[in-house]
Amino acid sequence: MSESLASRRDFLRSAAGAGGGLMLALALPQANRLSAAAPIVDAASSAGAPPGGAPVNAFVKISRDDRVTLIMPKSEMGQGVYTGLSQLLAEELGCDLAAVRVETAPVAPAYNHPVFPMQFTGGSMSISSCWTSMRLAGASARMMLVRAAADRWQIAADACWVEHGAVHGPGRRRATFGVLADAAGRLSPPDPATVTLKPRDQFTVIGQSIKRIEAAEKVNGSGIFGLDVRLPGMLRAVLVRPPALGSLPGRIDDTTARAVPGVVDVKVLKAGVAVVARNTHAARQGRDALKIDWQAAPEAVLDTERLRAEYRRLSLTEAALVARNDGDAAAMLRGGGAKSLEAFYEVPYLSHAPMEPMNCVADRRPDRCDVWAGTQMQSLDRAAAAEVAGLAPEQVFIHTTLLGGGFGRRANPVSDFVREAVELSNAIKAPVQVVWTREDDMHGGWYRPLWLNRLRAALGTDGRPVAWHHTVVGQSIMAGTPMQGMIKDGIDPASVEGAAELPYTIPNVRVDLHTTSAPVRVQWWRSVGHSNTAFAVESFIDECAFAASVDPLDYRRSLLGDAQKRRRAVLETLAEKAAWGRTLPAGRACGMAIHESFGSVVGEVAEVSMEGGLPRIHRVVAVIDCGFAVNPRMIEAQLESAINYGLSAALYGEITFAEGKPQQANFDTYPVIRMSEAPVVEAHIVPSTESPSGVGEPGLPPIAPAVCNAIFALTQTRARRLPLIRGGRFTA
Amino acid sequence: MQKLDINGKIIAVDAVPDMPLLWVLRDVLDMTGTKFGCGAALCGACTVHVDGAATRSCVLPVSAAVGRKIVTIEGVSATRSGRAVQAAWIAADVPQCGYCQSGQIMSAVSLLAKIKAPTDTDIDRAMSGNICRCGAYNRIRSAIHQAAATIGKVHE
Repeated sequence: MSESLASRRDFLRSAAGAGGGLMLALALPQANRLSAAAPIVDAASSAGAPPGGAPVNAFVKISRDDRVTLIMPKSEMGQGVYTGLSQLLAEELGCDLAAVRVETAPVAPAYNHPVFPMQFTGGSMSISSCWTSMRLAGASARMMLVRAAADRWQIAADACWVEHGAVHGPGRRRATFGVLADAAGRLSPPDPATVTLKPRDQFTVIGQSIKRIEAAEKVNGSGIFGLDVRLPGMLRAVLVRPPALGSLPGRIDDTTARAVPGVVDVKVLKAGVAVVARNTHAARQGRDALKIDWQAAPEAVLDTERLRAEYRRLSLTEAALVARNDGDAAAMLRGGGAKSLEAFYEVPYLSHAPMEPMNCVADRRPDRCDVWAGTQMQSLDRAAAAEVAGLAPEQVFIHTTLLGGGFGRRANPVSDFVREAVELSNAIKAPVQVVWTREDDMHGGWYRPLWLNRLRAALGTDGRPVAWHHTVVGQSIMAGTPMQGMIKDGIDPASVEGAAELPYTIPNVRVDLHTTSAPVRVQWWRSVGHSNTAFAVESFIDECAFAASVDPLDYRRSLLGDAQKRRRAVLETLAEKAAWGRTLPAGRACGMAIHESFGSVVGEVAEVSMEGGLPRIHRVVAVIDCGFAVNPRMIEAQLESAINYGLSAALYGEITFAEGKPQQANFDTYPVIRMSEAPVVEAHIVPSTESPSGVGEPGLPPIAPAVCNAIFALTQTRARRLPLIRGGRFTA
Repeated sequence: MQKLDINGKIIAVDAVPDMPLLWVLRDVLDMTGTKFGCGAALCGACTVHVDGAATRSCVLPVSAAVGRKIVTIEGVSATRSGRAVQAAWIAADVPQCGYCQSGQIMSAVSLLAKIKAPTDTDIDRAMSGNICRCGAYNRIRSAIHQAAATIGKVHE
């Protein structure tokens, strides 16, 4: 593989000479503006080096055998991005989707997010952030192919048209993309100002329910996830990680461990003690045989029950960080309403628990380091690996595999799983795969923060809220990460998102924050702060509705003003599709919630019963407005996924600490929902001509409050603390 | 050396007797289609067939697999019901991240070998040992019904 930098023309020439494959390199507007003649990364190589200069987009390769390769800047973790971005490209390029192959991008500025200067997959932004660039890439390539055909036939370009991967001209002229690739590759890309994108009414691929393009490899076992990477001479390692927060290894006796057949080495790393072996089983046996005197750290006293009490105490004190302040909520709460309400909502620490436990392969060579990982955060991982290896970032090559679930965990702010693998490969001078066991994943990991919300409202004589005060207490996710620039005036937006944008028409609103410090490493978890705030806000508005003796649908309707058009439309569609208010079988009730996150609005109605004293969710009707629907069936699948993932958390998910030790370890102590508990999900998409917005996360926030609101309607018990089931019993 | 019958082939493997079959497949034979998820028979990602029965390979010592017929996801495509299940999976757009699907498919094929036309209750019972964190459960259910119908037609 070539890692040399080259001028665009040199690059094209060398690509043509190297493998008979032609690369159509596309410079997009931003790149042109910065430097038209910028060097381009060798995107043909899966380990291309970055140009280190101006960003240039290079998304398309066309080979002589008519194959179209999309250089994929995003990680596939189930959300369907390989399919979605292929649709965007194929639509404008004019090829069949079946002709498109995906090759994961190397780390290069060309593949950065257009706003955040990093290569990552998260925030439900993959389609929206590539909506223009990927279509432009396809359209520019199409224009170059047309130009090449027109030159060949000595006719005007506008006499040609493109269909099914070929350029057509008058008199039944036809040349496939592969035939034209050489000539097209010698042309300069068109001036982006001259590129016209298809109007939406001419879309034939975008907007269709296209099946997942990588489905076949996911049903026959051939798909390669991080754990499936195999290199010649690759060793395996597992780490003994600190049993409690912050503890450090003291005396280590590795005599027995080293005697385990297959064990080749024991190394002390920053993250713990690694046992290196010829196979994973031997590494685990060796780990079990290690004797380590762990030295407890001061933070090893952390106890979640004490933390909850502390948060509760804090919530009763005045919060200095004010995220929103309309009118004078405090004054109104002191006596301006006919009725007042106060409630505390709590959510626990959560593990992401993706099906594929964390892992990473690193191969440190004298002059380079290769890393294979299912990762959501390539830029940071490369920087971290370079730092650990003592190499320049340009000497580190990140190879992105399929991700066996991400949910935020594989976008680690310090690249924890990458660092330790590189550190180990550095130490043993061999390629090594670090395997996390499920217990490592739950113990040594990063967690969704524990949050407490104090909510207060004053209702007027008509039952409508005249004041609303929401105090959030919890750790900052962004602090200390590369995203800490998002913290403004001390307020981490992730702590108050979904609370500060309260959509209901209330004259006096205050949203404030106590940012706490606790020795638990916290991280974004599918839908981030919304996973907390939607539960609090949408449950409490339900409390207000019941206090006002108004139907929850009518109450929300009456509080959504004209500026809330999208929410109103989602709410009306939801009411209709769920047949809100219909007579239900005995012992069942419905609850609703509606929430906006990642640019999309989702409303959900959950139909619930209590069976053997435990809530059972039978059916969930979900309605989403996510702008233009690029792939409706994929969107439906994401709603199903977010609802089930959110339901696992609402019903069971909880990591607790005692003396700094996490008390859960595997799926027996950290249950998730299974086949028999999964509700029927009916997903509906509100038609929209707006640009696409988020899909992977927005379906999650409404599910917990919808379920809790249904439980209240059924039992008059208000559940204000998640999860709902602890130790096999319903606990409100 | 232990002799194993995997996907119809006799393969000699060099592994300690207590090494779980999962790691023999993945680390000794580089057959990575069978997945590691929990190591404690709690999630089903490692499901293979041992003498036709869906078995969690992460807790089955290789010594206990000697002399028995082992079928993995790599071998299940060779059977008519395996192909029918895989086709139904694709048709119903079951996989998301896809990591659990090898195990789900092995459990489903085993179910259909025992019960030709399973009810929802049969499916719940057979599939509740397989976790899917992407929550594709409803699609798995409908794909199993679809596969059952396909296999039934072939037999008619």
